[in-house]
Amino acid sequence: MKRTLIARVEDKPGVLNHVASLFRRRAFNIESLTVGHTETHGVSRMTIVVDSTRTDAEKVAQNLAKLVNVILVEDVSDAPAVMRDLALIKVKTPDSRARAEMMQIVDTFRARAVDVGVETLIVEATGTEEKVDGLVDVLGPFGIVEMVRTGRVAMVRGKRVNKGENE
Amino acid sequence: MKLTGAQIVWEMLRREGVEVVFGIPGGAIMHTYHPRSEYGIRHVLVRHEQGAAHAADGYARASGKVGVAIATSGPGATNLVTGIATAMMDSSPIICITGQVASPLIGTDAFQETDITGITLPITKHNYLVTDVAELAGVIHKAFYIASHGRPGPVLIDLPKDVQQTETEFIPPQKGVNLTQHAYRNSSDPSDAVYRAAELINSSERPVILAGHGILMAEAGGILREFAEKIDSPVAVTLLGKGGFPASHRMYLGMMGMHGDAEANRAIQEADLLIALGMRFDDRVTGDLSRFAPHARKVHVDLDAAELNKIVTVDVAVQADVRKTLSALIPLVEPRGRDKWHKLVREWWKESRDLDLIHRSGDGRLTVPHVIDAIWRSTDGQAIVVTDVGQHQMWAAQYYRMDQPNAFITSGGLGTMGFGLPAAIGAQIASPDAEVWVVVGDGGIQMTVQELATVVQERLPLRIALCNNGYLGMVRQWQEMFYDKRYESTQLVNPDFVKLAEAYGVRAWRADNREDQARAIAAAREHPGPTLIDFQVAKEGEEGNVYPMVPAGAALHEMIRRPLPTRAGKA
Repeated sequence: MKRTLIARVEDKPGVLNHVASLFRRRAFNIESLTVGHTETHGVSRMTIVVDSTRTDAEKVAQNLAKLVNVILVEDVSDAPAVMRDLALIKVKTPDSRARAEMMQIVDTFRARAVDVGVETLIVEATGTEEKVDGLVDVLGPFGIVEMVRTGRVAMVRGKRVNKGENE
Repeated sequence: MKLTGAQIVWEMLRREGVEVVFGIPGGAIMHTYHPRSEYGIRHVLVRHEQGAAHAADGYARASGKVGVAIATSGPGATNLVTGIATAMMDSSPIICITGQVASPLIGTDAFQETDITGITLPITKHNYLVTDVAELAGVIHKAFYIASHGRPGPVLIDLPKDVQQTETEFIPPQKGVNLTQHAYRNSSDPSDAVYRAAELINSSERPVILAGHGILMAEAGGILREFAEKIDSPVAVTLLGKGGFPASHRMYLGMMGMHGDAEANRAIQEADLLIALGMRFDDRVTGDLSRFAPHARKVHVDLDAAELNKIVTVDVAVQADVRKTLSALIPLVEPRGRDKWHKLVREWWKESRDLDLIHRSGDGRLTVPHVIDAIWRSTDGQAIVVTDVGQHQMWAAQYYRMDQPNAFITSGGLGTMGFGLPAAIGAQIASPDAEVWVVVGDGGIQMTVQELATVVQERLPLRIALCNNGYLGMVRQWQEMFYDKRYESTQLVNPDFVKLAEAYGVRAWRADNREDQARAIAAAREHPGPTLIDFQVAKEGEEGNVYPMVPAGAALHEMIRRPLPTRAGKA
């Protein structure tokens, strides 16, 4: 089971080092970690994904909260939340037929072609990890030259009047 | 008011109520040292930076205030590391101020440059590299707050040389620090947990209270006693919890764990409820975890959420200050007597007494239990006892029966040999009128023996009880019991400790029998200055081993007991 933690941290030099040092010292196994700016100046946000069969997410949260530069830690795994992963995938497109086929797949996955080269094409995909995994599986046979993924980012959904809307 | 970074250090230390710092100057910190005398703060010149960190730690533990150590960059800073790790493991509030090479040189492998904030990241509660002198006052104020609030711990401040030299307008930081204390909350409600704890207590027949270091730090000794008496529950203490509950109290079980008192360990194994207060189930406390307190429900109160359910999964976890929790619990628990439970404990206690070495006549040879017992008797249990690490430490914990808090100072979590002497320097300075006894082994004292010079220079009337068995005794005991008596690399060819002490200016005696022991203790107590007694104690075998002992992998009730004397006359 993957658990997703969000940590709001002070945007200062060395903070990532403190967090990384904690994970190493306590032998916490982290699936992914993303860091970026937030709506508040001076505050960064980390999304941390933990495989709870190997690492107790509760312990990760409690220990993170003890770091002086950590402002707030939330476990959003059980909350209705938007979880996204971004991938850039460079795929071989030796001829126009392959390119056309590729564009269809890209469309189906609601991804985008962001660079078209002579022999390659870069696909940008955003979505849940499962969706991105699915795209990677389908593109595999074409020959993936290079790939980069951001790891999960997450945000809790706003309050709803009607339940039902999901994606 | 314009001040240099160096002046801000002392100005802020004064504002934080610091009276004494421990350290050694050097190239990258001498600028900070320069204005010290203008600020009326005492400096204790130690002989090795490890001593500075331990002395600050000992000072903090004896006084309840923050201890301060100062060192230069590079080797000065790295020499602090053992002391910082010791303070971290035992949650002791110290501040270490280190010099650093000038900011433009950082990262260039300059002379005596080391990345001390990187090195100490996992062994400090927090650390700072100050690159802007305008931030220095605020950083020092925050450092004191962080070190002493919540679960205390060490904080390091690294100060580049140019920051020490630069002048800035000194603006006193606003009192109080805005730190997020509860950055993470799980869904459970602490007041609900207190109710559930009370229910478990009220329905238990055989409760045991486990009192840890948290009792001392929360100054909860008084209320613990009230609580224990109301529910009529026996109390076991951890090594660092000694003094949290009076040893002379009828419900005192003694110390728990690997070399704990047998009745404490047996009570834990037989209990139907453990009430763990400000302790963290160290592996030296639990023995084999899978068979730890198998019949007991468990209530755990700790300020640090990360300690709850870390080692032992508990029925009720209360993340709160232990004193506040106890005052919330007392009105909820029913007063009751548990005579049957106490009777059982009493039987175990009698059995322990019969096995106890100090109740045997012996052949007049010295053993550490006799030495500690004699010191306890002659000091009326009122001394501050600072120990090193090893066999003597366990014996001191067993035989120096402590009624008062903050008077038994020892390296628990890290088990740092060399801690005793420098920590005692700090403790004596924190409590100048107290009688401070340092209990050390012949192995450990040599790890920081140079601090005898500090003791003499500062005229501290420390009484050093050197338990000399010519071995690294605890390792030797394991070798005797579990490694075919092969004493691999544990035998020590020692200096003449009496001569060594005298060379430093410490009055010293040697004792190898009980008469000399009594005479030497009396003489040491009479002498106005520092003293050392070289007690020549049993080297090996039954009298040279610490009992009870829970071997590695065994459960608490499977402890090895002291064998009964086999032959008449040799008893």
